[in-house]
Amino acid sequence: MPTDAPSPPLIRARGLTKRFGSFTAVDAIDFDVAPGEAFGFLGPNGAGKTSTMRMIGCTSPASGGTLTVLDMDPATRGPEIRGHLGVVPQQDTLDEELTVRENLVIYGRYFGLSRAECGRRADELLEFAQLTERRDSRVEPLSGGMKRRLTIARALINEPDVMLLDEPTTGLDPQARHLLWDRLYRLKQRGVTLVLTTHYMDEAEQLCDRLVIMDKARIVAEGSPRQLIEQYSTREVAELRFPVGVQETLDGQLAGLADRIEHLPDRLLLYANDGEAVAVAVHDRGLRPETVLVRRSTLEDVFLRLTGRTLVE
Amino acid sequence: MSAPFDEPGNATRQSVLVRPVPPSALAAAGRVFEHRAYQYRRAFRGSLVTSFVNPTLFLLAMGLGLGSYVNARSPDAFHGVTYLQFLAPGLLAGAAMQVAIFESTFPVMIGLVWRRLFHAMYATPIGPRAVAVGTLAWIAFRLTLVTTVFMFVSTLFGAVVSPLGLLGIPAAVLTGLAFAGGMGAFMATRRTPEAFNAIFRWVITPLFLFSGTFFPVDSLPAAIQPIAWLSPLWHGVELARGAMLGTVLDDPPRALVHVAVLVGLVGIGGSLFVRNVHRKLAA
Ligand SMILES: Nc1ncnc2c1ncn2[C@@H]1O[C@H](COP(=O)(O)OP(=O)(O)OP(=O)(O)O)[C@@H](O)[C@H]1O
Ligand SMILES: [Mg+2]
Repeated sequence: MPTDAPSPPLIRARGLTKRFGSFTAVDAIDFDVAPGEAFGFLGPNGAGKTSTMRMIGCTSPASGGTLTVLDMDPATRGPEIRGHLGVVPQQDTLDEELTVRENLVIYGRYFGLSRAECGRRADELLEFAQLTERRDSRVEPLSGGMKRRLTIARALINEPDVMLLDEPTTGLDPQARHLLWDRLYRLKQRGVTLVLTTHYMDEAEQLCDRLVIMDKARIVAEGSPRQLIEQYSTREVAELRFPVGVQETLDGQLAGLADRIEHLPDRLLLYANDGEAVAVAVHDRGLRPETVLVRRSTLEDVFLRLTGRTLVE
Repeated sequence: MSAPFDEPGNATRQSVLVRPVPPSALAAAGRVFEHRAYQYRRAFRGSLVTSFVNPTLFLLAMGLGLGSYVNARSPDAFHGVTYLQFLAPGLLAGAAMQVAIFESTFPVMIGLVWRRLFHAMYATPIGPRAVAVGTLAWIAFRLTLVTTVFMFVSTLFGAVVSPLGLLGIPAAVLTGLAFAGGMGAFMATRRTPEAFNAIFRWVITPLFLFSGTFFPVDSLPAAIQPIAWLSPLWHGVELARGAMLGTVLDDPPRALVHVAVLVGLVGIGGSLFVRNVHRKLAA
């Protein structure tokens, strides 16, 4: 597979727009997704992530701009494109009355696979999703994490070229999330192109080679997690928590301590390349925060810088 | 057997060999039908018992019980047939209507709102047309089962006087489908099934009672008799009754009009259903 020429993008959007009536949910966004990469849309609720994913998934017509998926136009070749995609929608759409295995088999049939082939793939995917023991139980009583893994297994039944994952781990407990991340990471290693949305910066950092940050229907930044952090934040952050009421009285006393200071309702964020040094300097000025936490910058800080808001409210 | 994509390169080979071919339009609807069949497997027994019990109870209570009074008082009220023989085709068409209404309400809510199964289908090469057509095909199958059992029970009660009676099955299936498309189309625009109760109370029950099901429409006041022509169920009842009493071929043009009305409704309702499912899925 290695070639010198850069591979053409699997997905290409230019000025892609989605309107619902007079409301613009996606406002002229541009992006490319290359084969084999894990590409993320990071953004808060209502940013337009799902609307974008549904246009890529050829189940929602674009209102403007151009979009090509696998070199095809969704407007004219939707069914063909969908045959090559694996879709994990934001809300589970499993048939809860059927068994775990039946859900996989029946889904494979929609792609035109023979019953025998569906059965063979279903058994492999159950193994992959660590659901073999539950293969004959109904879907309804499964845990949220299991249902999510089943949805991912189901999306793989047609051996897709691209996986579209809309908030794959929202609502799951940390253990279930880590299990899912592990599975997705394996897919990535196998060369499956992943396109995912999330409003968790840790998920984006864990899984994405490259991502765009979306806010209010627009893309506000693009790059690898590390590039974005380097470009929009400092290396470290000192988080200071003061007793109730004190934070508001600090006007001016912190001036010059950090490259940039963010005032959140419950804490102050002091951005600097050396967080420890900032913490010491704060102390030297006679200020006594209740807690001091020095940490590395994350995508959360990038988002805060770009939009003035936190990702998860 | 180990997962094929655990070995590098294997996934690529596999996908070249068995790259899925999107199913043709007809096959696509067939897959939707197959999905319903999977769901139905678990409900099959219960549903079959219901299909037997319903006509048996109705024919016992109304056909035999009520019928013995009716027949004793006015032996010729039904032109030489017993009340039971008059009633059975009406109940048959009425049952088909009710089954069709149920089957085009809750499965559509499940498909579009509750479990979003139609959305899952639409994420594959399956299109909204196949979703709607496959759903209607499944309803036709269910109607065939229910009406066949109904016909069997009616035969045991002596309610089928002609071999033409078998035509009562397609007549009743057609009657049901005439309702299914429109009802499905309407439910596809709803976010809750709230309207269902109102429709049942104000449309389905009156139609069931006044479409020549339990008594001939000519016993209604002359002024409101023409309204029967507006009732799809009346056309269905007339057809089924003609078949089961063996009179359907006595007046072929009249029978053809009934068929034409029902087929027309299937066409209109079916197209609206396709259109509304499409609007909902491809927002
Ligand atoms: N079918 C629709 N009709 C009207 N408005 C819609 C529709 N779908 C989405 N919207 C609106 O478009 C905006 C973007 O929605 P979208 O679902 O794409 O956001 P999102 O980034 O996926 O958010 P979330 O994190 O909550 O899933 C929201 O304001 C939403 O209310
Ligand atoms: Mg969303």
